[in-house]
Amino acid sequence: MGDTPISEEIFGTTIFDGEQARKGYALNKMCFSLNDAANRAAFLADEAVYCARFNLTPQQVSAVRSHNVLQLIAAGGNAYYLAKLAGTLGLNMQDIGAQQTGVSVETFKARLLAAAH
Amino acid sequence: MATIVGAITTSHVPAIGRAIVDGRQEEPYWKAFFEGYAGVRDWLARVKPDVAIVIYNDHGLNFFLDKMPTFAVGAADQYSNADEGWGLPVATPVKGDAALSWRLIEGLVAEDFDITTCQEMLVDHAFCIPLGLCWPGPEPAPVRTVPISINTVQHPLPSAARCFKLGRALGRAIEADPSDARVVIIGTGGLSHQLDGERAGFINKPFDLMCMDRLVAEPEALLHYSTRDLVRLAGSQGVELLMWIAARGALLGEVTRAHSQYHIPISNTAAGVLVLDNDRADGRRLVA
Repeated sequence: MGDTPISEEIFGTTIFDGEQARKGYALNKMCFSLNDAANRAAFLADEAVYCARFNLTPQQVSAVRSHNVLQLIAAGGNAYYLAKLAGTLGLNMQDIGAQQTGVSVETFKARLLAAAH
Repeated sequence: MATIVGAITTSHVPAIGRAIVDGRQEEPYWKAFFEGYAGVRDWLARVKPDVAIVIYNDHGLNFFLDKMPTFAVGAADQYSNADEGWGLPVATPVKGDAALSWRLIEGLVAEDFDITTCQEMLVDHAFCIPLGLCWPGPEPAPVRTVPISINTVQHPLPSAARCFKLGRALGRAIEADPSDARVVIIGTGGLSHQLDGERAGFINKPFDLMCMDRLVAEPEALLHYSTRDLVRLAGSQGVELLMWIAARGALLGEVTRAHSQYHIPISNTAAGVLVLDNDRADGRRLVA
C-alpha cells in the first residue's frame, strides 16, 4: 500500500476489529440499547439489574460499575456505543477525554485549544 | 441528464447540533465556526441543488454490530432521525427519492459495488447536522436526499482508494441519470479527532490542512493511506476522512475550491468544511 508503512501499534489506541467486536458484543449491545429513553431510565435506576439483561462478562460488569472508559475499552467497548453510555451518565466528550488521559477537564480543554497552533 | 453541481465536505460533531438547539451560534466559542457556513449557504444559493446525496457514517443508530454493512444506500421516500442516547432533540424527517436511489443502486452494483440497500434507514447526527448547517431553521432541508453510509465503526474499514472508487461510480451513475436533478454531494465527518483511549484529544492540524488542499485538485495523493495509517495520522474517528474522499470521488469534472474553513477545536475535533465546484469537462459552466 504505497510508501507509507502500516502502523503496527498506535499509542493509546485500540483498533476495534473483529477480535474486539466479538469480545465486546454484549457490552456494546447494552450500550446500543441506551438509544431508548426508557432504557436509559432503567439503567440509571439500577445499573447492575439493567446490565443483568445483557449477559455481560465479569470483566464487562466490573468495567461498567467503574464508569472508567479505559476499562470499558479493554472489555471490548466501542467508542461510538460507549458514547451513549457516557451520555447516559451525564459525561461529555471532554469529561471522558480528561478521564482517559489522567488530567483535569480544564487541562484537557487547554490541550485541544493548543492544537490550533 | 442529472448534473453534479459540486460537493460540500464538513464535520458533523454532535456538539454542533447541541449549539444550534441552544442558540449559541453567537457565543465566542462558536461564532467563528458558524460564520464559516455563510459561504456554504451563499454557494448553495448560487448552485441551487434539488438533490443532496449525503455520504456519512452511522454511529450506532441504524446499524448495530449484529449486521454491519460496509456500504449502505438508502432507498426510501423519507428518512427519519431518532433518539441517539445523549439528549439531542430528534431532527425533522427529510425527503428521499426512492426512484433515484434505485437508479443509483443499479449503477453502483453494475460497477461491482456489493452494497446493502435500505428501504428503512434511520439517519443519525452525521446526516442531520450537516443539513442543518447548510439549510438552517426548523423546516426540513429543501432537497430530496439519498443517504449513503460507510462503515467506520468496525474494522476492517473500506480503504481510501475503495471509497474514492465508490464516489467515482456514484458520479457516473448520477451523470447517466435521465432526470434533470441538480445534485450536491455532501460528505460528512472528521477532521482529525480521537475520542477513545490514552490518545483521546489527538488532533493533527498539518495532516488535516494537507488533506483539505490535496482533495481539491489531486485527491489521488491521499489514496495510498491504509485505514490504519489514517487512524495513526487523523485519530480513531478521524478516519471519517473516508467520507470526504468518497464525496470528492463523485466529482468527475474540473474541480475548484469555492470555500473552505478550518477551526480547532469543536468539542474534541478539528472542524473543517470545504466546498468544491464541479465544472463539466467540456468546459460548460454549471453555475450561471
